[in-house]
Amino acid sequence: MKGIFNIVIIGAGGQGVLTLLKILAEAALKQGFDVKTSEVHGLSQRGGIITCNLRFGENVYSSIVKKGSANLVISLEEMEALRACIYASKPSNTNFLVNSYRIYQPMMYLKNEKYPDRKQIVKGIKKFSRRSVFVDATLEAKKAVGNTRTANVYLLGRAKREGFLPLSRECLLAAIKEFFPEKHFEINKKAFDLGMKK
Amino acid sequence: MDFFADRLLDKRVGRKVVFIGNEAVARGALEAGIGLAATYPGTPSSEIGDSFATIAKQAGIYFEYSTNEKVALETAAAAAMCGVRSMVSMKHYGLNVALDSFLPVAYLGVNAGMVVAVADDPSCWSSGQGEEDTRYIARLAHLPMLEPSDAQECKDLTKYAFDLSEKFKLPVMLRLTTRVDHGGGIVRLGLLPKPKTKGFFVKDFKRYNILPPGKEVVRMHRELHEKLVKLQQVSEAEKINFIVNEKVNSKVGIVTSGVSYNYVMEALEEIGSVPVLKISFTYPLPEKKIKDFASRFETIVVVEELDPVLEENVRRIAPDKKIIGKELLPVAGEYKPEDVLLALSKVVGKKNNFDFEKQEREFAKIKIPSRGSVLCPGCPHRSVFYAAKIAGGETTIFPGDIGCYILGMSPQYAVQDFITAMGASIGFAHGIKKVSDQNVIAIIGDSTFFHAGIPPLINAAYNKSNPVIIVLDNRITAMTGHQPNPGMGITAMGDKTKEVMIETMAKACGVDSSNVKTVDPYNFKETFEAIKTALEKKQLYVIVARRECQLLAIRKKLKEGIEIQKFEIDAAVCKKCGICLRQFGCPAIHMEGKNYVIDDVLCTGCSVCAQICPYNAIKPKKVEKVREK
Repeated sequence: MKGIFNIVIIGAGGQGVLTLLKILAEAALKQGFDVKTSEVHGLSQRGGIITCNLRFGENVYSSIVKKGSANLVISLEEMEALRACIYASKPSNTNFLVNSYRIYQPMMYLKNEKYPDRKQIVKGIKKFSRRSVFVDATLEAKKAVGNTRTANVYLLGRAKREGFLPLSRECLLAAIKEFFPEKHFEINKKAFDLGMKK
Repeated sequence: MDFFADRLLDKRVGRKVVFIGNEAVARGALEAGIGLAATYPGTPSSEIGDSFATIAKQAGIYFEYSTNEKVALETAAAAAMCGVRSMVSMKHYGLNVALDSFLPVAYLGVNAGMVVAVADDPSCWSSGQGEEDTRYIARLAHLPMLEPSDAQECKDLTKYAFDLSEKFKLPVMLRLTTRVDHGGGIVRLGLLPKPKTKGFFVKDFKRYNILPPGKEVVRMHRELHEKLVKLQQVSEAEKINFIVNEKVNSKVGIVTSGVSYNYVMEALEEIGSVPVLKISFTYPLPEKKIKDFASRFETIVVVEELDPVLEENVRRIAPDKKIIGKELLPVAGEYKPEDVLLALSKVVGKKNNFDFEKQEREFAKIKIPSRGSVLCPGCPHRSVFYAAKIAGGETTIFPGDIGCYILGMSPQYAVQDFITAMGASIGFAHGIKKVSDQNVIAIIGDSTFFHAGIPPLINAAYNKSNPVIIVLDNRITAMTGHQPNPGMGITAMGDKTKEVMIETMAKACGVDSSNVKTVDPYNFKETFEAIKTALEKKQLYVIVARRECQLLAIRKKLKEGIEIQKFEIDAAVCKKCGICLRQFGCPAIHMEGKNYVIDDVLCTGCSVCAQICPYNAIKPKKVEKVREK
């Protein structure tokens, strides 16, 4: 891998955005990279959407992904992939991995705004990306392991399978193992493996 | 043990772990042999205290969530006076609360290292109050201040701060900002010594004598200034202020500090090397080092977030140089790496690679519905807001307070008219009542009530005032990440303790017993009636709306395998009046096609939407009960 790899993770509170960030950071560390992350805490978390950043490479200064410089966007909510486009661009070959799960917000109805349909979202992303993959991770995770909260780890497996992540399966699994308490490891490994499977 | 605790107490020296800045500060304190830590949680500083809470018992140190920052500071200062190393952490506005005790502590001095970690919040990610720049307070307090740029420096400078503090017998300030607090990076672990937790207060009348006339206090003030002279010599010599790209030939030099240093270095990777003086010893500044550095260039660019503190000093230290600062980068709002890149590329005259303006233009073409912070599905505050809005109407004034319930400002509810400070809703409610006949309802949370709500309540009772006060008791300090408070009967270290009842407290403050009423927000009718009655009574009235934060309640239910009774909307009965969708504003309620629907994952089963639906269209869901493992 040349230069710095920039990841933007977007999702709602409770979807496991921070968990995903911490696992990825740990995996990048295990792979021998310098790592910087940016988290969101406090009121900005409440009910709304949070955006976290992860950057790894030989030597990383800032923890913030610049506009247009993301190499990978993982959006745990469908429409938020659009908001992440500011970080994405053709020159950066941004790949999008989007969970087709939708979270609506009261403000939309107060302002009479409509949730965009899939076509509009795909079209919006197109200008800013190399490739985008949509997957119903929340449903898949629920079907496979009976727990919607493993959707984040399922997406991690999927990102690896799509070739979106310059991190080895071993490092990712080792990070998952380190992060979760022993009793939750198996269920998360199962979700990860499922994401990796064709 | 969990992932977070394991790493904080990892004994493997030299091991690399990823910490956010706040965790690294806690680890640095542990490596310095800290014996006591205290805080009042305030984002972006909260995870410093939370880290201590995670490991305090195991590490054998004492930690508490104090009732407010002033008490936390007093607790930590007392420990340091007794010879036990201590830390107190808080957000910028928290330091203002603590200031009354903090300034005299500088005069009295400490005997063991004491570090005051304070987190500023550029761009106000979690602060409604303002973008205060606490660097001014170091000067006001005559105390040294250090400023890290990343997680490794957070740990290193914290450790160093303890030694410095002990050497000069002064508290040392560690100034952080949101992006440093919540920025993660690799940290190399150092040795964890056995903490010293027991101390002894040595009486010393001569040293602590402040009796007027102020001869001794004047002596203390003079000694503080003498210490500052010596501290400046340390600042000059310390390698924590360092020069990068020293040998590069350039007409421009950059002086920077804090998180901006990272953006500067990243920008220079793209536009070419320029010498950079990185300042970590923010007060007193290494003036000679700055002067020598500046002497080599025609122009000095100062890159710092918020107020031009560094810039004004550089102008004073190097008056004959061209200094560029706030005319290049804004004084308000945090910097983004691209802001610094664009600014520096202008000064250096080298173009950056990416067209950010075009990117913004293209991005602006995408239509995306609005989002913002909202109350969580099932939040008990929502029911109270909705009830207060209907009962109070537009003629009622709602002085606001600080907590998740600042979201009462959202247009659906509009039950927070203005917000100033912790506990201030009651003081303002009282003041309005003294000059106006309008209805006034102050809405304040449990932790905020304990923090600063009690003195104004006594004041209102004593001075015969009559606002209505609603205490939203969700049994936790929720906004900052669920820290326990005196209303819960549990300490930061997980021990059982006496629970302070808000009702008892209100009566003790002088509120008439018959004017203290407890309601369950999940019982909408009861909540609404209580507010209506309180307003009609025109006397000082306290309503305690008690219901646990649903984030915690749902977590407990999931853990215990308790089934959650979800709700659904009967499309045949629903008249689409919009009350639940637009006025009540629960994120679990949305539209699918033309129908109103409740999201099965998000619904927490609070049932309040069913209670407020005028057509009884919302019912417990029958078909399948959702159960998560």
